[in-house]
Amino acid sequence: MDFPSFPRGLLAMVLAGGLSLSGLAGAAETIKIGVAGPMTGGNAAFGEQFWNGATQAAEAINAAGGINGKQIELVKGDDACEPKQAVAVANRLLDQDKATAVIGHFCSSSTIPASEVYADASVLVITPGSTNPKVTERGLPTVFRMCGRDDQQGPMAADFIVNKLKAKKIAVVHDKDTYGQGIADAMRARLKELKADKKEVLYEGLTRGEKDFNPLVTKIKGSGADVVYFGGLYNEAGPLLRQLRDQGVKATFVSGDGSLDPAIVAAAGGPKFIEGSYMTSVREARNIPAAQKVVAKFKAAGIDPAGYTLYSYASLQSIAEAMKATKSTDGKKLADWLKSHTVTTVLGPKKWDAKGDLKESGFSIYVWGADGNYKEMAQK
Amino acid sequence: MDWHILAQQLVNGLTLGSIYGLIAIGYTMVYGIIGMINFAHGDVYMLSAYVTAISLATLFSFGLDSLPFALLVTLVMTMVITAAYGWTIERIAYRPLRGSTRLAPLISAIGVSLVLQNGVQLSQGARTQGVPSLIPTTLRFGEGDDFVQITLVQLMIIVISLSSMAALTWLIQRTSLGRQCRATQQDRRMAAILGINTDRIISSVFIIGAAMAAIAGVLVTLNYGSFDFNIGFVTGIKAFTAAVLGGIGSLPGAMLGGLILGLAEALFSGMVNTDYKDVFAFSLLVLVLIFRPTGLLGKPEVEKV
Repeated sequence: MDFPSFPRGLLAMVLAGGLSLSGLAGAAETIKIGVAGPMTGGNAAFGEQFWNGATQAAEAINAAGGINGKQIELVKGDDACEPKQAVAVANRLLDQDKATAVIGHFCSSSTIPASEVYADASVLVITPGSTNPKVTERGLPTVFRMCGRDDQQGPMAADFIVNKLKAKKIAVVHDKDTYGQGIADAMRARLKELKADKKEVLYEGLTRGEKDFNPLVTKIKGSGADVVYFGGLYNEAGPLLRQLRDQGVKATFVSGDGSLDPAIVAAAGGPKFIEGSYMTSVREARNIPAAQKVVAKFKAAGIDPAGYTLYSYASLQSIAEAMKATKSTDGKKLADWLKSHTVTTVLGPKKWDAKGDLKESGFSIYVWGADGNYKEMAQK
Repeated sequence: MDWHILAQQLVNGLTLGSIYGLIAIGYTMVYGIIGMINFAHGDVYMLSAYVTAISLATLFSFGLDSLPFALLVTLVMTMVITAAYGWTIERIAYRPLRGSTRLAPLISAIGVSLVLQNGVQLSQGARTQGVPSLIPTTLRFGEGDDFVQITLVQLMIIVISLSSMAALTWLIQRTSLGRQCRATQQDRRMAAILGINTDRIISSVFIIGAAMAAIAGVLVTLNYGSFDFNIGFVTGIKAFTAAVLGGIGSLPGAMLGGLILGLAEALFSGMVNTDYKDVFAFSLLVLVLIFRPTGLLGKPEVEKV
């Protein structure tokens, strides 16, 4: 079987030539698959989850004979959630590391530009965690996701705010980033459908990286909101929550998966600031009955398969299944196969539509307790 | 807008502005004395937030239960350690480049900034760290839900900033060290000829600037309780802006610039829109620089012949 190479200019060809000479023996026996995400930087925990999930899946698949007799070799790519770095990493994974498929990236703002690189080279990419609709809305045939979309997550929050919390006044805050503003806008669109858009009293964006949101908090207080919806990450959600409570705002805090991270407790300065907040996120994979065997294996290896770990596991399983069935690593063939077949993964059977979105994707609502832990609320 | 909301925004703005002012002092003093922008200063401030948290955690783990004493020890320790960093940075990254082109120390400063950020990220982890609220005391004025509040920490920030500023002005205007600083600022070679150890004076300016950033670091950690390896960047840029707005090289200018910037941000986001508060703040800077190119309190630079 030949491995497709994707020369990008002379330099890349020279580099690739040099590498393949030195690594001829190894290249013939393994199938290289890239794992790209924030391995360093503020979101490094998510990158670690991607990597842990993929390594465990690779071990299991390799132990069972690999893909058509070939072993999987994983290659790490660090984008630090920086769009520019993501593109560089994508190019490196293809040109230097000769990855034939990629699991990644995490931040939607990284996945979007990087996936163009993969699509140009017709390489299959599955993101375990990028929920921005744009990821699969650009007609790129080889781009898939293993998670839901913000336009499913945001509306779920809107339903919850209107029907369960019975909010009278809703303040919407976002972080002006692709993910944060995207999910907030999806939430607002659903508010409109529910004819609750008149209840919105505030819609503003804060600046990522800052810690002082007091002026915004005073404004929220003045608006009399009884629910604050935040589209953004825990780094900002933590201080925002603390300043809300410090200024005596008792409004219920609702946010998305970017804020649902144990680190928010430290970022806010204690569990008492977060208690009673609601956050939507992908369904807790550790609770899925079909996943219990794999979860036990992770625990035996000393890893807690939290967050996106099992999503990354399932992504590699899907890639491997497609490669086995098509006996190919060509992105187009793999994509066509995935779009027309059901793959049995650790998360249960998965099917994709023509865009590369999952046909069924579950989101859940989580609630924070007084002890600084969150738990999944019962689904209807 | 209700009066209590407006008053609350003034409190928010004054607090934020005082912190900008404290950090701006480091930029303005270094610029004043060697005409160099110390881009690593924001990261020195970031470092002080970590030292604060580590010091507090250590003191409490030793069973210290007197909060004021712990805070005092932490403040002193943070100032000393951060000042040591300020001195070291000057010694190894800037002094060897003195006398070379103006751009060389600037690039070196950017390098130091990256080293500090990545060093802290690797040694302390990339995650946002936090300190629980230690001083929950809050003064509230008003009835029911219509109140203006100022926390004790916010009050401390404003009072400590203003008094540090006053102490520093006294130091520069009235003491022998201050006189030597001013002489070095006016003409470094002439000052050296007259027997002033200018290298020592420049070092002490870096030490003072870092110590001020340390005060800001302690206060900010107490107030927001949340920090990561990256906080020096945004705050550093804002403080630098405050220094330029007030007139870079001018001490009262740094404080004035900080307060104006903080108030402008708070009032604009309170009354107009939070999305565009930075646009407004920087437009203000551009406007001031058009009409007063040296900033509000800056002296026009006289060409030395």
